[in-house]
Amino acid sequence: MNRYPIWKYFLILAVVAFGLIYAAPNLYKPDPAVQISGQSSAMVMDESVLTKARKALDDAGIQHFGGEVGDKAILIRLDSIDQQLPAKRAIQEALGHSDYVVALNLASTTPKWLSDIGASPMKLGLDLAGGVHFLMEVDTNTIVKTNMEGYAQDVKTKLRAAKARYRSVDLVDDREIVARFRNDELRSLALSTMRKEFPQLQLSESGSGENLEIRATLSEQEIKQLEDYAVSQNLTTLRNRVNELGVAEPIVQRQGRNRIVVELPGVQDTAEAKRIIGKTANLEYRMEASPDELVTNKEYFEYRGERQQQMYGGAWLERKIIIKGDSVTNARVGYDESGLPQVNITLDSRGGELMHRATWKNVGRRMGTLFIETRFTPQTKMDAEGNQVTEQVKTEDKKIISLATVQSALGKQFRVTGLDSPAEAQELALLLRAGALAAPMYFVEERVIGPSLGADNIKVGVQSVQIGLLAVIICMLISYRLFGLAANLALGVNLILLVAVMSILGATLTLPGIAGIVLTVGMAVDANVLIFSRIREELRNGMPPQSAISAGFDNAYSTIVDANITTLIVAVILYAIGSGPVQGFAVTLSIGILTSMFSAIMGTRAIINLFYGGRRVQKLWI
Amino acid sequence: MSETKVESGKITEYMGKRVYDFMRWRKLAAAISILLVLASIGVLAAKGLKFGLDFTGGTQVEVGFEVTPFINDVRTQLEDAGYKGATVVNYGSDNELMIKLPPEVTEEVTQISATNQEATTPIGNKVVEVLHAGSDGNVTLRRVEMVGPQVGAELRDDGGLGMLVALALVMLYVTLRFQYKFSIGAVTALAHDVIIVLGFFALLGLDFDLTVLAAVLAVIGYSLNDTIVVADRIRENFRKVRKADPEEIINISISQTLGRTFMTSFTTLLVLWALQFFGGELIHNFSLALIVGVVVGTYSSIYVAANVLMALHISKEDLMPAVKEGAELEEMP
Repeated sequence: MNRYPIWKYFLILAVVAFGLIYAAPNLYKPDPAVQISGQSSAMVMDESVLTKARKALDDAGIQHFGGEVGDKAILIRLDSIDQQLPAKRAIQEALGHSDYVVALNLASTTPKWLSDIGASPMKLGLDLAGGVHFLMEVDTNTIVKTNMEGYAQDVKTKLRAAKARYRSVDLVDDREIVARFRNDELRSLALSTMRKEFPQLQLSESGSGENLEIRATLSEQEIKQLEDYAVSQNLTTLRNRVNELGVAEPIVQRQGRNRIVVELPGVQDTAEAKRIIGKTANLEYRMEASPDELVTNKEYFEYRGERQQQMYGGAWLERKIIIKGDSVTNARVGYDESGLPQVNITLDSRGGELMHRATWKNVGRRMGTLFIETRFTPQTKMDAEGNQVTEQVKTEDKKIISLATVQSALGKQFRVTGLDSPAEAQELALLLRAGALAAPMYFVEERVIGPSLGADNIKVGVQSVQIGLLAVIICMLISYRLFGLAANLALGVNLILLVAVMSILGATLTLPGIAGIVLTVGMAVDANVLIFSRIREELRNGMPPQSAISAGFDNAYSTIVDANITTLIVAVILYAIGSGPVQGFAVTLSIGILTSMFSAIMGTRAIINLFYGGRRVQKLWI
Repeated sequence: MSETKVESGKITEYMGKRVYDFMRWRKLAAAISILLVLASIGVLAAKGLKFGLDFTGGTQVEVGFEVTPFINDVRTQLEDAGYKGATVVNYGSDNELMIKLPPEVTEEVTQISATNQEATTPIGNKVVEVLHAGSDGNVTLRRVEMVGPQVGAELRDDGGLGMLVALALVMLYVTLRFQYKFSIGAVTALAHDVIIVLGFFALLGLDFDLTVLAAVLAVIGYSLNDTIVVADRIRENFRKVRKADPEEIINISISQTLGRTFMTSFTTLLVLWALQFFGGELIHNFSLALIVGVVVGTYSSIYVAANVLMALHISKEDLMPAVKEGAELEEMP
């Protein structure tokens, strides 16, 4: 009686071994490190940079080891986390600010054989690893304004074509087009033309005498669609930008009508992260101006790349914009027949049409791509009453990233050739994609958890798990003796499995998550307490020891399942509706419930069976 | 050995285990529970919960130092100047600090001004004045920012919604697995526990933040666990024990599970104490909420759920295995 078939023991051993292996990476503490990368991907990171950086650290007297030259970045490990900031400063000063980005990072120390089988440590949440949380607001007014400007231009063109002579067509308050006419006939003609050509505009008449007006606005619904489009477009762009700039495990999500949340765990240099995200960029495609073009119709721009700027100087482009960055749906690096790098660009259908219209009679001329960076800088001013007011001041910086000859009429898909290197192609593709912001954004909320606070949180979390665990182990031993020991072993297995499953699922460990683990420790023994008190009960009823064990396990089973499933329901709901910290807690709690069912029922039974099974037992040590 | 031992018409021992007459005090227990719940609701209505930074928003101040400051000194300077509960972290470099102030500090200063942005500037200047006085070099205000309160309002709504959904689903599960009277009992017990924990936080004016919300939801899970274990035993005994009225069956069941109830509550409390004393300031309130919840939950699994069952006149017939529905239907043409 009370014997498990041998395969069950093997199954349990296999699960425990599996748990141990996948939980193991969490034991390897990552080294504090500094990471050096180039401002542009064309920069080559090689031994010479590493040597310079090492020398800078040596000069500053900072202990370091294990410099690694990777594809895009160099990683130098440091002895202590306190030296990260001084190390960063020393290297940045030695290498210069213009070409290199020096960032704080953590370098994994997981042995290769473990990472080869896919074992990796748990991700740490913002509260443990330190990191930043940004809430950004999309400036949706701008997109409405840009759209209305476009309409104003089109209205002029169409009215001219229809011979509906207007006195003026203006954009008022960025939201309303006002067209003025001398007499009623012209206005009626204009009205019917506009109704036909611009069904999406809401038209109304006003004014009197020689000043008859037509006012055109977008409907509320139309505006909302524009906003939605702008936000989702920015979301995609932001995701690309964050991903491609190599920030680990970011979260980029829409929140509410016009906001986007960005969370970057592990990012220690928040100012740097903010610079990367806050760089609001857009694109414009314009034809190069012919030399005899009037100055009022053309503009002078410089190149963005320093090398190009030195070689060609700037260039004159037409003021007229063919398409903007929001029409670019994709940009990828490819190679032509002779193996030279090129960038393949895909536009949306409206963009394709506009591009075709602009290029088919301009074959042989050059077309420029402008990269526009918008920055919002808060500025404090005095208002009329002498109070200080903080305003977001907008500045724009436009530079040429590509100026290429149009070989044939372009459509939805075209390519940019004549690039010097794959790295340059890569950079251009990244800029083209990242540039596709539909509307500018600014920061409305910012949360930062520094690495020191994170480290404190880990310390107290681990400490409380240890103390809680110890207390429970002692308590179980005193109460149930040998059975308590079995329960304690099962509890250990439970913790290992919990950590392993969380690591495999890539769940994020947060401080509430640690609290969830602690709570699991307290509640996981519940299953065993249920079983053991049932066994005691059966013994008291005069059942022989072996049958009591069996009956205890069997009778408690359905109770345990019921109790755990209801708790699981609560945990799942917590996860579904909660955010951030609540979710972290819910994840650990749910996984803990599942693993504890395995370890407390099967694991404990296995140990008890191993000890008592198939023997004559007079008395249970319970 | 006889199954039961009866004294003066009451079962005092079942299967060799003492049976306590819990239900004898059920009216008193009901009165205490109702009183506690009403008092909690009263406190909640009168004082309200003191929501933490997560829910209300707050102010963040970024300052730059000419001379590298010691974070602990800065903390003390702020405390001395009356900015209680300020958190100070490195920001970007070790000469830059980010100071976060809880909402009540922000409120004090901002009451006069109308808009957020106007309001945040003065408080930032004040913080800089304080820090400048304590530093050897110059201290500059780099940026002041508010955490948007609307974000908090959304979180609050989500949390409340979550609790309601959790209660509804639990009720459904218990109805399916047991019987609707049990589900009413279980949900009453949960509501009882949650309201009392919330009342406790309102009474002491403790910060109610996201982690406490998680704790309250965990209390739901925990208390439910307890209640289900007792309910399971009640169901079993209704089917097993002959010659006993519902009151006696409930007494027997609670007595049988009493050892387990105390043991589990005790081990859970052990780890919660560990969390409270060693887990740091951030999860102090989390563990406190759970400790209160576990204590109340233990009581409610004994008295509240069972009490509701008594009030609903639970009977043997309620728990007899149901005739499989559809068995008859299948035979119909």
